[in-house]
Amino acid sequence: MLQVEKISGGYGEEPVVKSVSFHVKKGEMLGILGPNGSGKSTLLKIISGILPAENGTVTIDGRQASHYSQKEFARKVAVLPQLHAHAFSHTVRETVELGRYPHQSGLFSSWSDADEKAVIGAMNSTGVAHYGKQSIELLSGGEQQRVFVAQALAQEAPILLLDEPTNHLDIAHQQQLLNTIRKQAVENGLTVISVFHDINLASLYCDRLLLMEEGRISRIGLPQDVVKEEAIQQVYKALVKTEPHPELPKPQIILLPDRIGENLPLLVTKEDFFVSSKYVVLHAKSPLKTVSSAVHNAGTGWYKTFVNRHVDTAYNPADVKGEMADYLATEGFRLTDTVGMMTAVTTEHVEIGEYAGKFGTILVAVTAGIGNAVDVSQALKRDEAPRIGTINTWIIINGELPDEAFIQAMITATEAKAKALQTEQVKDPLTDTIATGTSTDSMLVAATQQGEELPYAGPVTELGRLIAHGVYECTVRAVQAYKKAKGWPS
Amino acid sequence: MSKSSVAYIVSAATLIVAVWAGVSIGSVEIPLSTLWNKGDATATNILWKIRMPRVILAGLVGASLAIAGAAFQGLLKNPLADPYTLGVSSGASVGAVMTLFFGLSLPFLGTFTLPVFSMVGAALTMFFVLGFARLVDRAMKMETIILTGIIFGSFLGSVLSLMIALTGEELRQIIGWLLGSVSMRGWNYIMMILPFVLVGSILLWLNRRELNAMLFGEERAHHLGINVKRRKFMILIGGSILTGSAVAVSGTIGFVGLVVPHMTRLMWGADHRHLLMLSFMNGASLLIICDLIARTIISPSELPVGVITAFIGAPVFAFIFYRQRRKGAM
Repeated sequence: MLQVEKISGGYGEEPVVKSVSFHVKKGEMLGILGPNGSGKSTLLKIISGILPAENGTVTIDGRQASHYSQKEFARKVAVLPQLHAHAFSHTVRETVELGRYPHQSGLFSSWSDADEKAVIGAMNSTGVAHYGKQSIELLSGGEQQRVFVAQALAQEAPILLLDEPTNHLDIAHQQQLLNTIRKQAVENGLTVISVFHDINLASLYCDRLLLMEEGRISRIGLPQDVVKEEAIQQVYKALVKTEPHPELPKPQIILLPDRIGENLPLLVTKEDFFVSSKYVVLHAKSPLKTVSSAVHNAGTGWYKTFVNRHVDTAYNPADVKGEMADYLATEGFRLTDTVGMMTAVTTEHVEIGEYAGKFGTILVAVTAGIGNAVDVSQALKRDEAPRIGTINTWIIINGELPDEAFIQAMITATEAKAKALQTEQVKDPLTDTIATGTSTDSMLVAATQQGEELPYAGPVTELGRLIAHGVYECTVRAVQAYKKAKGWPS
Repeated sequence: MSKSSVAYIVSAATLIVAVWAGVSIGSVEIPLSTLWNKGDATATNILWKIRMPRVILAGLVGASLAIAGAAFQGLLKNPLADPYTLGVSSGASVGAVMTLFFGLSLPFLGTFTLPVFSMVGAALTMFFVLGFARLVDRAMKMETIILTGIIFGSFLGSVLSLMIALTGEELRQIIGWLLGSVSMRGWNYIMMILPFVLVGSILLWLNRRELNAMLFGEERAHHLGINVKRRKFMILIGGSILTGSAVAVSGTIGFVGLVVPHMTRLMWGADHRHLLMLSFMNGASLLIICDLIARTIISPSELPVGVITAFIGAPVFAFIFYRQRRKGAM
């Protein structure tokens, strides 16, 4: 559809764009990224014919762009500029009608049915149809930009070039605009080339990305191949991390600010725990990076307060999450900062241990109820609803862990827990085999993300050894406490 | 009925009323029937020899200035632009004042020496302004054109001031010409500017859609498929032809070229597909009415019509402006 072959060009002596080549297929959306001054807007201007190319060629539909007349070119390529102001006010409809200019010819250039259809269609698909008679001057920035999208669509060119189309728009308008354009690309085969300031938006909406660095292509390819930590850090000279989008297979970047004004250093100790008959609470001075299977605020996040709450054996509300949130709020915990779990055992029987390694300390807290113990190897034989009885395990680490270390910590802790149940000869009441856990166990790993970097947490690593030992020891003691309370033989 | 049809009907009706008032009102009342009833020789004479050419000339001058102003405001995207912005009118004035100053009268031309010299002055100025602007900036950006116009305009203005300062008995004549008047010109003047009015207006009208697009900026116009450079040239030359010829036959009549396009825009919208022709009609009406006032208000003496245009135009403009803004606010 569009082929760019070794083009160079710019304003003065030294070209801003240096020998750039790429091609775009029909219906594809290509995003051009790059820091200020990297030549991305200049590249777009050369493609759109505003600036002459000093070298190289742009080929559209197999024909060199410079061989098109101005009107022919406008029938092939529409351009959506950045938002701008102007002196006199046209109505919305008049503005969109201008998009038909390249299709009109002759002295009187009568308005054809095709013109009318294109204008109506463009106004409908951008949602500006009902503004028709209004002056664009009176519209908000976001609405104005939609009118210009309608103008570009009315042009009915198979290629659309955009220069930072979402500048100055709020997120709703950004989303609307890019959804509209993406829809045109997917449904009508519109080919789109757009300069983006916002790497995340580009990654979300584009099929491929082109990263410019000092006038040259640094990378070109799928978003996941271009939006990479090292590439972005090198080209933009900014400290970032990349993360997958929570819902889509598209990478997103996250800025890392200097950690100024934070509570440094942060250390969690046994003294931060508070135990009563209602709950076990850990209150850290600053949020910890947390991965958990809790009831309230499960998953990954940053939380300060951790609550393991006692419920009685008859506890069975319809909406467990809602009830838990209400309870936490009533007890005066801030819902956004707090992770909440529950257990039917006496919370005073919690086992809390502090374990020191070379890097620092970890804390382990376990409450164990084993009335509902399960041997996972026999799980297929079970068909009944879970009964009361839970082992809740918390591991708090004074150190910095990557994501994979959190997972390894979970594995290590789970293995230690299973071993503790074996040691204590805890049996699955249904199968009378040694249990590996209960049917409703919960686990939480939290780290301060300060101090020493701890890359791994497998059972023979410095950190893993502490976790294995700590979880095993605390679980054994918690099980013993449970048995004692129930009057079981130990 | 669409808004634009209403606009054309209202403007045409105004023009007809203005023409009727212009030919019939004066020191001698001329009944409308004189147009077809040749019974009264004196009335017929006054109508066809004096009133009608005067009204038509006023109409053509007003129309030329208004349509040129509308086009320049659109092209330069500047609401303060008017036909005189490019300095072409200063060139025309220098040509005219030079004729008066040196008492020139070429053979064959006789009394037409002044308008011919004036037109030559306008043409030369246009040539130099556009040539110089192109020399400075091959892309001919609007700012370049405006600045070049200011440079040439002020230089020619100083030439005018010099001649005025050095002149003796011709002073009154020069000032009178500069203030602008359409009196005692006759049919020959009409025949002289008619082709220029037609060519200039057609050139502008052919660019009505391009002017609409250029309001959004030259880059935008380029992307919409407009050959911006060529169109800009057509508009500048069309406007200059209109301005030069209007100034040559009537002097520098102010205000019409600035205000009529604004008034028309406020009443009927900014779409050049209609704005140009509507400004043309309204400019004609306004100048015919102003000229009528100029020659009747202190009868039997006459005021220069340029005095009246501003005197009438400014308050009318203020009123429309006020009403529009109030409506916009509510």
